[in-house]
Formats: sequence, structure tokens, C-alpha cells
Amino acid sequence: MRTRRIEWVIEHALFLCAALSVLTTAGIIIVLAVETFEFLREVPLLEFLTGTEWTPLFANPRFGVMPLVAGTLLVSAIAMAVALPMGLLSAIYLSEYAPDRVRRVIKPALEVLAGVPTVVYGYFALMFVTPLLQRIFPQMSGFNALSPGIVMGIMILPLVSSLAEDAMRAVPRGLREGSYALGATQMQTALKVVVPAAFSGITAAFILAVSRAVGETMIVAIAAGQQPRLTASPFVPLETMTAYIVQVSLGDTPQGTLEYRTIFAVGMLLFLMTFGLNLVSTWLRERFREEYT
Amino acid sequence: MKHRADLAFRIVALSTLVFALITLAALVFDVVADGAGRLSWQFLTSLASRKPEEAGIYHALAGSIWVILLTGALAMPLGVAAAVYLEEYGTRSRAARFIEINIANLAAVPSIIYGLLGLGVFVRVMGMGRSVMAGACTLALLALPVVILSTREALRTVPSTIREGSYALGATKWQTIWHQVLPMAMPGILTGLILSLSRAIGETAPLITIGALTYIPFAPDSVWSPFTVLPIQVFNWVSRPQSAFKENAAAGILVLMALLLAMNAIAVFLRDRLQRQGRS
Repeated sequence: MRTRRIEWVIEHALFLCAALSVLTTAGIIIVLAVETFEFLREVPLLEFLTGTEWTPLFANPRFGVMPLVAGTLLVSAIAMAVALPMGLLSAIYLSEYAPDRVRRVIKPALEVLAGVPTVVYGYFALMFVTPLLQRIFPQMSGFNALSPGIVMGIMILPLVSSLAEDAMRAVPRGLREGSYALGATQMQTALKVVVPAAFSGITAAFILAVSRAVGETMIVAIAAGQQPRLTASPFVPLETMTAYIVQVSLGDTPQGTLEYRTIFAVGMLLFLMTFGLNLVSTWLRERFREEYT
Repeated sequence: MKHRADLAFRIVALSTLVFALITLAALVFDVVADGAGRLSWQFLTSLASRKPEEAGIYHALAGSIWVILLTGALAMPLGVAAAVYLEEYGTRSRAARFIEINIANLAAVPSIIYGLLGLGVFVRVMGMGRSVMAGACTLALLALPVVILSTREALRTVPSTIREGSYALGATKWQTIWHQVLPMAMPGILTGLILSLSRAIGETAPLITIGALTYIPFAPDSVWSPFTVLPIQVFNWVSRPQSAFKENAAAGILVLMALLLAMNAIAVFLRDRLQRQGRS
């Protein structure tokens, strides 16, 4: 009898630990929502979302988040322009060509690339990649979108590569053999059979990578500058949503002020963007799993 | 002709991988070239200073070790308990399914958002201030999804015959888990834990958001002390205009990378050692 009671207590204690994750999600949403609500009482939602000037720390503050969103999207787009083709090509190589011996060396090396702290990538972008790029583009400023974008792309590459490789390996052997039987080469099989067959899995990997790029903080905080600016030029300083949160956190903004609340409002927008991307990615992966089981 | 295109494609695909690895090599080379000259016993044992040549990393190294030990102490019991529940108890219940989806989503939330959560909940509402404790609680929440995931994988490697044998001898479910399943899964659990902590030790953004200080002239002496950590100190030095501070940043990165390597080595060592014990 006593043992049974102990068993009951233990099971429910374990359940509470597991339920902590639900509490974490609820905590994130509540903390962001409460401060965002207070923020929106003073700044109309439409002005926040469509305004093209972001100067909350000035004497005459303006709260249009567009420059921060544009900066985030520009850097993410550059990162994806690097990570997408390179990640896909390396996934094709690892899944379709690489002998086991080579895979065993390359995969751990890629994991090292994914394990480097982001602040180190920031240093690398600012101190190595930017000076290198300035030799090619002399008009480029010391802080810019291009250098952190490229470095971020390389940081995300292992994620794209390993998820896309998983998707391609899940494609049944029979499809490849059918293609060879029709006289196709390895390249034709990879590009015209395997990649299309793994398409939703590969797309899921890309979307997850975009979400990672949008939420990445330290590389842009170090190498992209802190000047909110609505621009499509990759050569001038700008500011992303994440870098803005860092900038305000470093200063001594008192709690309860409008400036303090801006970081939660920007955080809320960031959370909604990444959450939406993650949902789409999960949905695509689930669908892919169903196709081949 | 067809085969020449095939060969060219194969070379292009391989060269993307080579390019990525060359970048990694350039990164390591660049940091070593900039920072190795600054690395010395004095650098490791000195506190922060406004003069770059006198500044050291001791306070940040101590802060990182404090935070990471406390993070591990919080994340391990919680993560293992959650994983045991999901893997051994609630496999079919709807609540467990909901929790699983939730954990997968949390794993993809940007780390800076956890910083805002920590700022709102631990620093303000719970009144922990900008302390080691608030930092460790924040990082523990950040590390939990990974700890849970790797623990579940470790639990899955324990064959079901072990559980059935234990039940056949009259053990209860919890006795089986505590005396049979967990000890067998321990190498995998510890490896996963250390690897997730080695991620957490490089985290910068969430700790900046909860207000870990960027200039602090002392090492923490309790869990309620204000603190800074290695990556924040590196960030602080990188953002200064003087080039002497940039050298300090590179040397700080070398210390951080050495710590990461040491943690990974411990993980590999533990896994090998415990696996050998498990077999004998």
C-alpha cells in the first residue's frame, strides 16, 4: 500500500517537471504580452508596425519598427543566400556521393562549426571578414550587413546540411535504383529524383534556418552596427531587432519606462516571426514523414 | 560528356564543404594570431581594468564557471525527470503529446527571448536581481529542451528486457527506473548534459538581456553576486575602439574555446569510462 502511494507521488512529481516546459512557454508569452500591451497603450499598433523611423532613445522619439525589421530581413536574406545553396550542395554530397570514410571525418568537423559560440563569429566577421571585403568593395563601411550576413550563413550551414541530408537519406533506395536503371547519371538522379522526393523535408530545413537567422543576435550586434536604417544596401551600418534589444539592455534604462517596454514589443514581434516559421517547418516535416511510411 | 558534367557537379558539391572547413580554419587561425601574444598567467589571474595591458579575464572565467555549474545543477534533475516521465510513463497520454510538441517548439525559440523571460520573471518578479542565480535559471530553461531530448535518446537505448527482468523480480516501476534504467542510461545522459552545457557557456545574448554586467571588477562570491561571463567580456572588449582591447578579446576567445574543448573532452572521457564499467 505504502509503495503504491510512493509510486503515485513520484509519477506526479515527474509529470510536474515535464509540465515545466509548458510553464516556460506560458511565461514567455505572458511576459512579452503584458509589456507589449502597456507599450501599445502609448504607441498605436499601426504606427509601430508601419512607421519608418525608429528613434526611441531620442528626445523626440519615433516608434516605427520597419527599419529594425528591414535590417533583420536583409541580414537574414544574405545569410540564406550563403547557407541555402551551400547547405544543399553539401547535403547532396554527404548523402549521395561521400564514402563512409569521408563522412566520418566531415560530419564532426561540421558539428564543430555549429558549436562555435556566436560571439566568436561576431569577432571573426568584424576583424577578419569585413577588412577582407573592404578590399573588394572599398565603399563598404566598417559596420555593414554583408559581412555578418555571410558569417551567419556559414554558421547556419551545418544546420541546413544535416537536416537536408536526413531528408535525402530517408528517400527509399528503390527510387534511386529506378533512376539508374533508366540510364540516369548520379547527378541527374540526385537533382531530378532525390531532391524533389525530399522536397518538403529540405524546405523544412530551410525554414528552420531562416528562423535561426532572424533570431541570431551576437554576430549582428558586433558587426552590423547600431543605426536603425531603412535600406537595401548591404554596405552601410544598420540595426536588427535582436541587436536593438542588446543595445537597450546594455544601457541603464529604468524599468517601467516606454523605452524599457520597446524591447518587449520588439521581442514579441521577433517571437511571433520565429514561432510562425517554426510551425510551418514542423508541419512540413510531419508531412514528409507521412509520405514514406 | 554526361560523365564530365557529373564529375564537375561532384567537385562543386565537395568544394562547398571544403570552403566551410577552410572558413573554420581561418577563424581559428585569425583568433590565435590576434590573441596568443596576449595570453599569459597575468591575463588569466587579473581582473577587468580600464587599461588594456593590465586587464585580465579572471572575473569572467570565474563567473562562467559559477553560472555553468549552477545551470547544470538546475537543468540536470529537471531535464532527466521530464525525460523519464515522457519516455517511461506518459507515452500515450494526450498531455504528454502536448508537452512533447511544446518542447520541440521551445528548442527553436531564439535565445534572446529567453533573456527577456529571465528579465521579466527571475530578475523582476522573483526579485533575484542581476545575480548568478538569475543567469543560471535563465540558461537552465534554455538548456532544458536539449537535455530532455538527449536524455530520452539515452533512455531509449536501454533494452526492454532489462525492465521486464526487473518487473519479473517484483520491482515496482520506479524501482526499476531508479536501480536499472537510469544507471544504464547514465553515460548517454551525462554526455548530453555536458554537451548542452557547453552550448550554454557560449551564450551571450540572454545574459546581456537579464543585465549581466559588462564591466565588473570582481569575481562572484555567492549565487546572489552580480557577475559577468567570458562571452560578455569578449563582447565588451570587441566593442571598444582601441585595438589593444581587440587583442584582449581574441585572448578571451582562446580561453573560452579552451574551456569548451575541456568540457567536450570530459564528455568523451565520461562516456568511455562509464560504458566500460557498464560492460564489466
